[in-house]
Amino acid sequence: METLWFILVALMLTAYVILDGFDIGAGIIYLLIGKTNRERRLVLRAIGPVWDGNEVWLVAAGGTLYFAFPLLYASSFSGFYLPLTMVLWLLILRAIGIEFRPHIDNPVWRSFFDGVFSLSSVLLAVFFGAALGNVIRGVPLDRDGYFFEPLWTNWRIGPYPGILDWYTVVAGLVALAALAIHGGLYVATKTEDALNARARGVVVLLLPLLFLLTCASLVATVSIRHQVLDNYRAHPVSFVIPIIVFGCLGAMPWAVRKGKDRLAFAASCLYLAGMLVGAAFGLYPDVLPASTTPAYSLTIYNTAAGRHGLMVGLVWWTVAMILTLSYFFFIYRKFRGKVSLEAADEGY
Amino acid sequence: MDSALLIHRLHFAFTITFHYLFPQLTMGLAPLIVVLKTLALRKNDETYNQAARFWAKIFGINFVLGVVTGIPMEFQFGTNWSHFSRFAGGVIGQTLAMEGMFAFFLESAFLGLFLYGEKRLSPKGHWWAAFAVFLGSWLSGFFIIATNAWMQHPVAYTRTPDGSFQLASFWGLVLNPWAWWQYAHNMSGAMITGSFAMAAVGAFYLLCGRHEKHARIFVKVGVLAGVLSSLVQLFPSGDGQGRMVAQHQPVTLAAMEALFQSQPGAPIVLIGQPNTDAHNIDNPIIIPEMLSFLTYRRWRAQVQGLDAFPPAAWPQNIPLLYYSYHIMVGLGTIFIAIMVIATFLLWRGKLFDARWMLWVLLLAVPFPYIANTAGWFTAELGRQPWLVYGLLRTDQGYSRTVSAGNGLFTLLGFMGMYTVLGILFLFLLRREIEHGPEPDAPERPSIAPVKQGG
Repeated sequence: METLWFILVALMLTAYVILDGFDIGAGIIYLLIGKTNRERRLVLRAIGPVWDGNEVWLVAAGGTLYFAFPLLYASSFSGFYLPLTMVLWLLILRAIGIEFRPHIDNPVWRSFFDGVFSLSSVLLAVFFGAALGNVIRGVPLDRDGYFFEPLWTNWRIGPYPGILDWYTVVAGLVALAALAIHGGLYVATKTEDALNARARGVVVLLLPLLFLLTCASLVATVSIRHQVLDNYRAHPVSFVIPIIVFGCLGAMPWAVRKGKDRLAFAASCLYLAGMLVGAAFGLYPDVLPASTTPAYSLTIYNTAAGRHGLMVGLVWWTVAMILTLSYFFFIYRKFRGKVSLEAADEGY
Repeated sequence: MDSALLIHRLHFAFTITFHYLFPQLTMGLAPLIVVLKTLALRKNDETYNQAARFWAKIFGINFVLGVVTGIPMEFQFGTNWSHFSRFAGGVIGQTLAMEGMFAFFLESAFLGLFLYGEKRLSPKGHWWAAFAVFLGSWLSGFFIIATNAWMQHPVAYTRTPDGSFQLASFWGLVLNPWAWWQYAHNMSGAMITGSFAMAAVGAFYLLCGRHEKHARIFVKVGVLAGVLSSLVQLFPSGDGQGRMVAQHQPVTLAAMEALFQSQPGAPIVLIGQPNTDAHNIDNPIIIPEMLSFLTYRRWRAQVQGLDAFPPAAWPQNIPLLYYSYHIMVGLGTIFIAIMVIATFLLWRGKLFDARWMLWVLLLAVPFPYIANTAGWFTAELGRQPWLVYGLLRTDQGYSRTVSAGNGLFTLLGFMGMYTVLGILFLFLLRREIEHGPEPDAPERPSIAPVKQGG
């Protein structure tokens, strides 16, 4: 039962990264590819009707995590107090960047919110990457399952690290590059002409960097936390995950050059899923390893809610997920196709 | 009081108070927009669609602020109240997760379609999008109320040896009687905010002599919804909620009324200042025996005062609790008076020309916000000193690992951020109201030098 909920929460977080990832990514490259107000409005229209729904995956995944693993939620959220609060501020800034920009037709007003939207998107990607890095590296848990991490200590990995050290910074950069590419490919599938070409150009430029960063992060992960390989050694079939990751890294430049934007975007989705599922698989059954002593690590077993609650949750969760998938299918179908400013829709 | 505890309490109080300014309008306007959309379909009149679009714009701005200030609330259960989450997550995790899974997905998915997809849908399809947004916002309200109701009146749980609460009965949690009274009371409160806002904008346009056709719709719908929700707010929802408090939190009732001495035929205090040193009320204006009647339906019934309980069980801030409760009830009474008179004038066909009444409707708009806020202060201060009533004290629930200094840092950050958000909200709201509901209204000359820059 605990394993099942671990899988469900991991899948929801993966869905969040893939979905909100493309609109965060669009924000990262927004100022690079959108040169005129017209182009910037097109980028916003591409993500406008869906970004809020995408972000709900974070809230719903958070709620599900809270429900299934209350101690993990309590421990990690209070331990990551400062970076999580900053994530909240960035989410607020990003939302008003997107939603308040179109209300006033004034270049100064627009430029301000353009900057807010783009900068908060960049920082969010780095924060999310660093957060995942912290979970993999381990945190200074005490006997009661709590910890508090300052933003940084000495930038090295030891029993009492900070949120930022060289490893988590690398993880943050991987997230930044990966989401920039992911957003670029999404924009490419939704736009035409100069904007499409520029989005593809950014992607082509960043792909070699992502390849190098991915390799570096994998080597770094294995060197600082060799236990991640235990599950892989026990189940060799799982080595298909890194193969998929590298397969996608190879497929993306090929598809972009061939003009198959949708295929390249699909490969980017699969790349993100592979990275996240691969990390979750390496951690299992730990959910928050301790950097102090392995005995203090939080696992799915010592953080889960009561069995009756988990059983009941399975019923309503399944109903809700079927409903949710049907809404998302419906919405994305309604807003399918390339965006244009001629369409009579209001907003952005 | 431990300073870290104080900071964490202020942190939650500030962020939730600011947050709830927005959902109350979201939940209050959503059904009214559905009403406007229904009238548009029934009467086949484009004016109603324009009216719905105007309110959808205000709804959209309001909704964004509700979302961005709402996500911090869920996070704070973990960041600032981790001990509480650790112990209670096995129960309230259910309702909080259901809110995300059932309500937020529905609401957010269809809001985009409702705001930006009218041309992609049939008129009926667009009605359904509006209805889905309404349903999502009201479901979200229910799950949050069910969470709070469990903290007020814990049911359907078992306690494990380590002290944590685990769910014993799903239906027991969802059908908590406290939750249903509180939900009814809260939602009619939100409807009051929505209907007063709609009536006020209509009254403003009528007073200025602009958009008269739309303004009459706003005033009419606002006043009719307003009279209904103000009456429901008093009875049965307010009455039922009050009897829940009397039954399950008698010490809270005594503190809300500042009833220091137990007595038969207890009076209700209309106005007066509680004196917690002398244990009496200064300058009281009272209705004798009224409290006994309202609580037990008997004029001479014995009502327990604060002296019946040990001081350790008293809510800590009796004056603020007392004032919150009295402000809520006093304003609720005034709302009934305003809306009943307005309905009478509407029925006699005189409302649109009664400028004094339009002025009253316009100036009344801040007060539902104050009443709703005061109502939540009553609920939350009244629950003290408990987080989970009778089971987990507030001083046992906060995050021990987060120091007062770190808490103050983020509290100040939120204060700054929310000040900016509040200013932007009012600024954009003013623009939408200035622009009005008519699509072909002549563009006002822009103040900004449009030709410069690019």
